[in-house]
Amino acid sequence: MLKDITLGQYYQEDSVIHRLDPRVKLVGTVLFMISLFLFNNLIGYGLAALFLFSAIKMSKVPFKFMVRGMRAIFLLLLITVFYNLFLTKGDILWQWGFLKLTKQGIEVAVYMMIRLTLLIIGSSLMTLTTTPNQLTDGIESLLSPLKIFKVPVHEVAMMMSIALRFIPILMEETDKIMKAQIARGAQFESKNLFKKVKALVPLLVPLIISAFRRANDLALAMEARCYRGGEGRTKMKPLKYRGRDAVAYVVMIMYLVALIAVGIFTEGSLLKILGLVA
Amino acid sequence: MSLIKTKNLTFEYIRRDDEGNVEGITKAVDDVNLDIKQGDFITILGHNGSGKSTLAKHLNAILYPTEGTVWVDGKDTNEDEYLWDIRQTAGMVFQNPDNQIIGQVVEEDVGFGPENMGVATKEIWERVEESLKAVGMYEFRKHSPNKLSGGQKQRVSIAGVIAMHPKCIILDEPTAMLDPKGRKEVIRAVRALNDVEKVTVILITHYMEEAIYSDRIFVMDKGSIVMQGTPKQVFSQVEQLKELRLDVPQATLLAYELQKAGVKLEDGILSKEGLVEALCRL
Amino acid sequence: MPIIVHHLSHEYGADTKLNTLALNDINLVIPDGQFVGLIGHTGSGKTTLIQHLDALLEPKSGTVYLDGEDIFEKDYDRQKLRAAMGLVFQYPEHQLFETTVFADVCFGPKNLGLDKKEVELRAYDALKLVGLEDEVFYQSPFDLSGGQKRRVAIAGVLAMQPKVLILDEPTAGLDPKGRDEILDCINILHHKKDMTVILVSHSMEDVAKYVDRIIVMNKGKVFLDGSPKDVFAHYKELEEIGLAAPEVTYIMNELAAKGLPVSTEATTLEEAKEEILRALNSRR
Repeated sequence: MLKDITLGQYYQEDSVIHRLDPRVKLVGTVLFMISLFLFNNLIGYGLAALFLFSAIKMSKVPFKFMVRGMRAIFLLLLITVFYNLFLTKGDILWQWGFLKLTKQGIEVAVYMMIRLTLLIIGSSLMTLTTTPNQLTDGIESLLSPLKIFKVPVHEVAMMMSIALRFIPILMEETDKIMKAQIARGAQFESKNLFKKVKALVPLLVPLIISAFRRANDLALAMEARCYRGGEGRTKMKPLKYRGRDAVAYVVMIMYLVALIAVGIFTEGSLLKILGLVA
Repeated sequence: MSLIKTKNLTFEYIRRDDEGNVEGITKAVDDVNLDIKQGDFITILGHNGSGKSTLAKHLNAILYPTEGTVWVDGKDTNEDEYLWDIRQTAGMVFQNPDNQIIGQVVEEDVGFGPENMGVATKEIWERVEESLKAVGMYEFRKHSPNKLSGGQKQRVSIAGVIAMHPKCIILDEPTAMLDPKGRKEVIRAVRALNDVEKVTVILITHYMEEAIYSDRIFVMDKGSIVMQGTPKQVFSQVEQLKELRLDVPQATLLAYELQKAGVKLEDGILSKEGLVEALCRL
Repeated sequence: MPIIVHHLSHEYGADTKLNTLALNDINLVIPDGQFVGLIGHTGSGKTTLIQHLDALLEPKSGTVYLDGEDIFEKDYDRQKLRAAMGLVFQYPEHQLFETTVFADVCFGPKNLGLDKKEVELRAYDALKLVGLEDEVFYQSPFDLSGGQKRRVAIAGVLAMQPKVLILDEPTAGLDPKGRDEILDCINILHHKKDMTVILVSHSMEDVAKYVDRIIVMNKGKVFLDGSPKDVFAHYKELEEIGLAAPEVTYIMNELAAKGLPVSTEATTLEEAKEEILRALNSRR
């Protein structure tokens, strides 16, 4: 199951989306996330979904592969939906103890579910089509104005990229240690919460030790290959905007304009939409 | 010309108990004198804890001697100003294939070293291409390292070092975690580097079959060099190797056993071909 | 407690395009007390197979019977299975987690629900079996050498007193000394405790020296199955799938080809030596 998490993994393919400048993809993802909170109606979501799915289609990443990555986060999604479904105040349709199913609750829950789903798929599309190195370069370049304020932009970006690289390795390791402890009779599926937490010790201790060992090894390997921070470093793949990147920015602006137009059309006024943001 | 030289190299570390009190001092490397020439293929043998990895880490300034001196390409590793020159001259490949690959695409990982050195973009690409070709991994340049076999990962790591254009490459048990197929791939790549590119190789291993191709073998025990010589010289001392709890290549061991049983064979037979030939000549 | 593997198949990534048949219709019978070597290169399905024997993976089809009982049956007691099957993973020292060696070895028997005294007795026995001295019992397992750590991890499995011991490349990454110690220890266990042992290994020399039977796997199938002599006689086929016979098999075959009247059956150094001496003497 742990192997199924696709968030943070790179899916190798040769597509327009893969070739886009990482800065475009980063800005696009952030814009897309914000756009999801700009409106609250089905036409808007339909438009966002259309935008996202055409991007996925162009990226040539199989949709099945992306959905598989969602499975691990499904529980989180369920909790959020459940929370909104039963704990939103409004016209009560059905009640059981403190749990109240309300009309507003259903509405909020459905919207929240669509929003989160689009959000997760949207961000995983970015990581699936951008290598961590490109991602690092993109973040580094976008955040470079912060260097004036002594923010260690390069180091932060490097840390993120390494974390991403080790996610699949540590996932595999978790799976292995878990199996090894089950083979020694450990039971991770206890109903008692206290026992459940206690049962995690044989999993977490080896995992943390292994993470430290790997970190130590990696630091050594990086130093041996002359790594000494961002100073004086050149780039194998320097970022350069090309024609397709400009086109992508135009498409994004068109998407935003369309969304706002839909917003004005359905909600009456732009002010009301922006009011929803605040 | 001597590329790496050590004089009375000693490395000590202090053991402490739980409260941090000094329990004792361990000499991990004890008075080692090496003189390695440009283009040599050197193997360092020894069991775990014999000090071979600690010694290796001195040769590219990851560790500094407690006593004695190490020169890499004439530069003293104790001098801070030479640090990056030394690390570039003597590249290092480590044991665990997963823990030394930084990039998530093969070519990006190979480019990591040159990037750190400040090599121009166009040249980085040239270096990446030639390095990956040298280890036979060029067709995998767009792949994710996670999907490669252990032997392939190690070859990528080797390419990552070659891309820095080192004069010497130190391999610290590069095959210990690989299967026989992966081991062969890696050793073949290392030998090709030495033969074709004339890169100096220092191979640390406990697989004796990997040592038979080297120009010289050093055997370490308890931090000291206890045996040295050509493979023939070292492997003809079967008794001593056994005492050090080291292996001997199977063909050598069989020849030795036959000798003991009275068969007249020469000393230091290293390969099965050599043994078969010698037996047929009888 | 014979193990019967019955038409066992397993598929990874069944719901994606990347699906691969990791095990393809495996049928095996492993009788009590046998010492089995399981060989194949990385990705041949060895690890997948042994994980099925401990029900850590669910098969796509087929099943495994232990003592006549289907271990994948819904109401089969998995704890009973894990007590009977001692599975030692690759690099088992990576699963150590307790503050002392002794506490770590107690983990397995404690999970079986035994009382404290029995748990400690078993832990003590197991540590002795792998040849560890009393003075390391109360040290942190993380302060030990690589070979010692591995023996602690193996003791952790032995303390459950399994009937079957399965080891996935127990010597990977060890030096010759550590390797010989572990293999000798396993061999003694096999003889002393009459345990069924399944040893997954890459080293033909190791396997030839110890086991009664070799199972060679390739691409999720059983490729060869028989005594070391039978299996290594097919050394040309082994090479075709990227494996090799022990060095001595090659030496004997080449000697025979060059006209020295030796039998090519020898698989260990000892046998080869005797055979060559016999052939040389008979020629005189």
